[in-house]
Amino acid sequence: MSDLKPVTPLGGETARVDTIGGLTILENPDWALASLSARQDHDAEAAESAKDFLGFDLPEVGAMAVGDVFSAFWIGPRSWMVAASHDDHELLVAEMKIALKCAASVVEQTDGWCRFDVAGAAAFDLIERSCAASVRAMLAGQVVHTTIHHTGCFLIRDDGGWSVLGPRSSAGSLHHALVTAAHSVA
Amino acid sequence: MIINHPILGPRDAQEFTYLGDANLIDRPDWRAENAIKAFHDYLHLRDNPAGEHRELWFHEQGDRSWLVVTRDTLTHEITSVELARDVARERGRGK
Amino acid sequence: MTQVNRLQGGLISRDRTLNFTFDGRNYQGHPGDTLASALLANGVRLMGRSFKYHRPRGPLTAGSEEPNALVHLRSGARQEPNTRATVTELYDGLEARSQNAWPSLKFDALAVNDCLSNFLTAGFYYKTFMWPAIFWEKIYEPVIRRAAGLGEISFEDDPDVYDKGFLHCDLLIIGAGPAGLSAALTAGRAGARVILAEEDLRPGGRLLAETSPLSDQSGATWAERVRGELVAAGNVRFMPRTTVIGAFDHGIYGAVERVSDHLPQPEAGKPRQVLWRIYSKRAILAAGATERPIAFANNDRPGVMLAGAMRAYVNRWAATPAQDVALFTNNDDGHRTARDLIAKGVNLAAVVDVRPNAPKVDGAALFAGAEVIDSSGRLGLKSIRIRLRNGETRDISCGALAVSGGWNPNVHLTCHQRGRPAWDAGIAAFVPGDALPTGMAVAGAAKGDLSTAGALSGGAGAAVQALRTLGITAKPPDLPEAEDMAVSLKPFWHAKGTKRAWLDQQNDVTVKDVKLAHQENFISVEHLKRYTTLGMAIDQGKTSNVGALSVMAELTGKSIPETGTTIFRPPYTPVAMGTFAGRSVGKEFRPTRLTPSHKWAEERGAVFVEAGDWLRAQWFPKPGETHWRQSVDREVLATRGSVGICDVTTLGKIDVQGADAAEFLNKIYANGFVKLPVGKVRYGLMLREDGVAYDDGTAARLAEDHFVVTTTTVNAVLVYRNMEFARQCLWPDLDVQLASITEAWAQYAVAGPNSRKLLQKIVDPAFDISNDAFPFMACGEITVCDGLRARLFRISFSGELAYEIAVPTRYGDALMRRMAEVGAEFDVIPYGTEALGVMRIEKGHPAGNELNGTTTALNLGMGRMVSKKKDCIGNTLSEREGLNTEDALRLVGLRPVDPTNPVVAGSHLMAEGGPVDAAHDQGYITSAAYSPVLGHSIGLGFLKRGGARKGEILRAVNPLEGVEVAVEVVSAHFVDPEGEKLRV
Repeated sequence: MSDLKPVTPLGGETARVDTIGGLTILENPDWALASLSARQDHDAEAAESAKDFLGFDLPEVGAMAVGDVFSAFWIGPRSWMVAASHDDHELLVAEMKIALKCAASVVEQTDGWCRFDVAGAAAFDLIERSCAASVRAMLAGQVVHTTIHHTGCFLIRDDGGWSVLGPRSSAGSLHHALVTAAHSVA
Repeated sequence: MIINHPILGPRDAQEFTYLGDANLIDRPDWRAENAIKAFHDYLHLRDNPAGEHRELWFHEQGDRSWLVVTRDTLTHEITSVELARDVARERGRGK
Repeated sequence: MTQVNRLQGGLISRDRTLNFTFDGRNYQGHPGDTLASALLANGVRLMGRSFKYHRPRGPLTAGSEEPNALVHLRSGARQEPNTRATVTELYDGLEARSQNAWPSLKFDALAVNDCLSNFLTAGFYYKTFMWPAIFWEKIYEPVIRRAAGLGEISFEDDPDVYDKGFLHCDLLIIGAGPAGLSAALTAGRAGARVILAEEDLRPGGRLLAETSPLSDQSGATWAERVRGELVAAGNVRFMPRTTVIGAFDHGIYGAVERVSDHLPQPEAGKPRQVLWRIYSKRAILAAGATERPIAFANNDRPGVMLAGAMRAYVNRWAATPAQDVALFTNNDDGHRTARDLIAKGVNLAAVVDVRPNAPKVDGAALFAGAEVIDSSGRLGLKSIRIRLRNGETRDISCGALAVSGGWNPNVHLTCHQRGRPAWDAGIAAFVPGDALPTGMAVAGAAKGDLSTAGALSGGAGAAVQALRTLGITAKPPDLPEAEDMAVSLKPFWHAKGTKRAWLDQQNDVTVKDVKLAHQENFISVEHLKRYTTLGMAIDQGKTSNVGALSVMAELTGKSIPETGTTIFRPPYTPVAMGTFAGRSVGKEFRPTRLTPSHKWAEERGAVFVEAGDWLRAQWFPKPGETHWRQSVDREVLATRGSVGICDVTTLGKIDVQGADAAEFLNKIYANGFVKLPVGKVRYGLMLREDGVAYDDGTAARLAEDHFVVTTTTVNAVLVYRNMEFARQCLWPDLDVQLASITEAWAQYAVAGPNSRKLLQKIVDPAFDISNDAFPFMACGEITVCDGLRARLFRISFSGELAYEIAVPTRYGDALMRRMAEVGAEFDVIPYGTEALGVMRIEKGHPAGNELNGTTTALNLGMGRMVSKKKDCIGNTLSEREGLNTEDALRLVGLRPVDPTNPVVAGSHLMAEGGPVDAAHDQGYITSAAYSPVLGHSIGLGFLKRGGARKGEILRAVNPLEGVEVAVEVVSAHFVDPEGEKLRV
C-alpha cells in the first residue's frame, strides 16, 4: 500500500482524545464509509444483495444495524451508510460494488466525515447543548441527522455513548463546539 | 415551526430550506407552441395567499427529501406534509 | 450600617452574612436576599432616578416587573446596566451603582428636568426637536441621550460565555407557583416527560410571600416537599432561575436559564446563561399575576410600593421599607398586607380603602371610602394626604405606602401568537383569550383564578386535560387545603387631581400625558403607546398598561375592552444580547472549513482568505516580498514558466450515478452530456429556469452510469439542492442517485508546462499519462505513490497544460508534501487564489464576477452551447426576445491604452467624448488584474455588441473612485487564444 502518511481530520498523526471532567471526546478515524443508494426499481434486489454482503438486513428509517464486520445506518429514502474497519476495508467501495452490481449506486464517503465518540455520565447534557435532536428519547441503535454548530451531522446513539459524524473540513470547529459544550456540562 | 416529515416525524423547520409555491413541480412542456409564455407564467406568476398554501420545503439538514407542505400562512398551521416525489408522480411527472 | 429594617422570620439564611456595596457604601445582607430586599433591610429606599424627570425612585415591586429599581450591576467588563434590583440575588461582594444620576443619587443635577415638566410632556421630542434637521444628529440627540436614559454599557467585550441548548418534553409548565406545582405533581406521577420552569431561585411563587397555610404547613414548605418528589421522580426536570421568554409556533418555547448570575462570576468554563429552545407537545402557562398600582399625585416616591410586594418583602425577606406604613387599596387582597405587617410588628398608620363598605382591620385606623391624593418627602415618602369620604383632607405621616389596585393575570405568553386577551369584569382585569398558542392551556392566577385553592385545583385539572390529549391518563393528586377567598374589588384607577400622577414610572408617563394624547387624538392604544412611550423599555408596561388604558377609557367614555387591549411580544423579560449569540461569537461565529493542505500552507506562511466558510490560501509570501503583488506576480510567472500547485478541494463535488445519469446531466446543464465518452471531462454551464447563468464546472464520466460533477466553491450547496429538486420534483422516474463528496477527496490543480513531468513522478507506472494516452479533457481512476487510489482530470483553469488530481482526504496533506518534494527539480511553487484569479482572467475564463446573476450564456459568449435539441433547465426562457437583442452585452477583454494605467473592476464603459450617464452606458468591467505576463493591467467586462467592437477605444469610468481610463476592446483570451498550450 501507499507510503503516503494519512492524517486525522483534526490534522494529527494520531487521533485526539479530550477528557473533560467525566466526559471523553475521542476522534475516531478508523472507519471506512460508503453510501449505498438503491437504483430505481431495484429496491428488492439491492436489499437482498446488501444482506448477503453485510450479513444482516438493511436497517429501518432512523436505525443502525451492527454486524461482526459491517454496520449500516439509514441516511435517506432508499439510502444507507455502510461502515467497516478502515484497516481491513479501506477499499470498501470496491467490495460493495462487486456485491451490489447494478442494484445500487455506491459512493466512497470515508474521508467525507470526521467522527467523534462522546462518552461519560454527562454525555446526554453535552449532546443536549449541541443539537435539537430529542436525545433523551433516543435508544441505542438510533441515528438522526441534525445540526451541530451550523454543520449537518449524523448523531448515533450506541451502548457506550454517542458518535457524531460531521463534515471533515469542519472537524476543528465541530471539535471546538463539543469541547466547549463539555466544559459547560462537565 | 414543526414540520411533520412523512418519513421522519416532527422536525424543526430550521432544518429545512424553503423554496415556494408547490406549482413549481408543474414545469411546462418545452416543446409546446407557447412554451416561452408557459415558462414565463410558471416561473413568475404565483399565488401568494393569506391562508392555505401548498409549498415546497427541502430537508437540507436531514434526509434531503423535498416535501410539499400545506400551511396556513396566517396561522402557520400545517395540515398536510407529503413527499414531493410522490406529488410529482401523481401530477404526471416521470422522466 | 446595620439592618435597621430587618424583621424576624423570612426565607433568608441568617447564619451567613453577605457584604455588598451600593454606590460605594458597604451594606450587609443574607443568602436568600435580593439586592432590593437587602437595601430595604438596611433602610435604603432610594435606588434610582427616573428616566425623564430624574425623580428619586425606589422599588415598586418585588419581582421581574420592576420599573424603578434599576442599577448597574458589577463593574469593569462585566458591568450590566438596567439590572432589576428586585430579582438580583445577593452574593458576597456584590457591587451595584445607581444609574441616570449625576453627580449622585441624592443630588442629581438633572432633577431640574422635574421643574420643566410642563415642557417635557408626551410628544415632547416630536414637537421640539424638529428643526433644523442637522441639529438632530449633532446637538439634540447627544444632549437627550445624556439627559434621558437608563444604564450604560461597559464598552468592553463581554468576558462571559453563553450557551444554547435544546429540550423536549410532553408537558412544559411555566411557573412553579401553586398552579404549576400541582400541574407538575399531576403530570409527574402520570409518568409524562415534564419540564417545570421557574424564574425564581426556588419553587412556590406567591406561596413564598404569603402566610396562609396549605393544610398544616407553610406554602414554602409544601413547595419544597413537592420539588423533592418531582426531582426524585426522574421524569420531571425542574429548572429554577429559568424564564420562559417566548411562545413560538407549534409548541416551541424559548427560555433563559441564569446559570451563574447569582455568583460573583461564572465558574471556569461554565456559561453565564443558557438559552433553551424547548419543544413541547403541550404547555401550561401558570405564570401568576402582577399587581397594579393606583395613580395619585406624587405616587412615585421611594417608599410607595405595591401591597403584594411589600407583603413579600416582609414575609419572605423579613425586610420592611419603613417602620410606619400605610395601605391604599380598592380590594380585599390589599388587607392581607395590613394583617401581615401588623403581625410582623410594623406600625400600620392607616388603611385607606376606596370602598365605603371596606372590611375592618384589627390594629389599624380604617378610612373607608377615602383616597390617597398626594404625598410628600423629597428623597423618600414622609407623609400622604388623603381625601376622606366627606371631602375633608388629612395628612398621615408614614415612610412607606402599600398600594393595591387589583391583580392582572400574566397573559403575556398567550399573546405571542397574536392571541388577544379578554376582559373579565369580575376581577376587572384582562384574562387569556380563546386563541391560545398551539398546545397551550392556562391555569391559576394567570387564568384569573386568584385564590390559592383555585390555583391548586386548576393546575391539576389543566395537567389532566393536557395529558389526556396525548393519550396519557393522569389523575389529580390529593391537594392540601388552601385559602379560597373570592375576589372583592371596586375598580379604581386614579385619584383625581391636577398634579402629576404616575401611570408608567419607568417611562415617566403620567395621567396628564394620557390626557394630552387624547386631546391630540392619539386615542388608539397603539398610538397612545408610541406618543407617550408608555409600556416601553425594560418592564414593557407590566404594571402600567391597564392603568393607562383605564384613563383613556374614562376620557373617551368607553369601556376598557372597547378602548382596546395591548398584547405582548417576546421576550417576557429582557435578555442579554450574549445569550442570543450563545457560543457563536468571534472566530466561532460560524464553522471554519479547512482544506487538506491548510497545515502545510500555514507552515509556509500563507495568507488566507475566506471563501464561504472555507479558508483558502490567497498567496504564499516569500522572504523579502513586501507587497502581495510581488508574491502573486511571482506565483503566476512560476506557474506559467514551469509548474504550480493550488488546492482546489473547495470546489463542490457531486457524485452522480444511475442508468439515467447522463440524461439527468443533460437536463441540468445547458449543454449536452449524453454523448460524452467514458474517460472524458466536459465543461458545463448551469442556467436558472429564467435563462440566466448561475454556475459552471465540469462533469467527468468515470463510467457509463457514473459522473463526478464539480461546482464553484460558493454554489456547492445551491447546486446540490437544485439537482435534488430536479431529481425528486421534475423528473422523479429517472434512475439517478446523488451524493455530495466535496469533503471526501483532496483535490489539487497542478498547472504549467512541467505539470505532467511532476505528476509522472507520483502516478504509478501502470498508468500512462502521456499526451497521447491521456489527452486534454481526459479523466480516469488511477493509483499514485505506490497504490493509493486517485482520480486524475486533465482540465485547466489557467490555460496551461494542467491537471487536477484527487486522493482520499486523509492523504491530502501527504500528497501535497510529496508533490512539493518531487517537484523541487522543476522549482514547483504553490499558488493561491489570487494567482488563480489572475491566470483565469488572462485566459478569459468567466467566474463569479461574470456569472453575477444577470448574465446569460449569450452574454458570456457561450450562446451556442445552449442546446436547442433537448430540454434543460433554462433553455426555453433563454430564448426570450429581450435577452437576444442585437446590442446584447458580450464578454470582452479590455486593456488600457496607456499600459501604465490600471483597469478598475466596477468601471462603466462610455463612448469617447460622449456623456457619462446611465443612458449612455455601454457596459461594465467585471474583473481586473495586473497581468505579469503582459506587463500591464487587463480586464474582463460586458459590452453592448462587444463581439463586433474589437479595437474600439472606450472610457472606463469609475466615479466612485474618481478614475477614468481609456481602454481598448480586445479578445477576452489574453493568453494563448488558440489553446495550444492545453494540448501539448
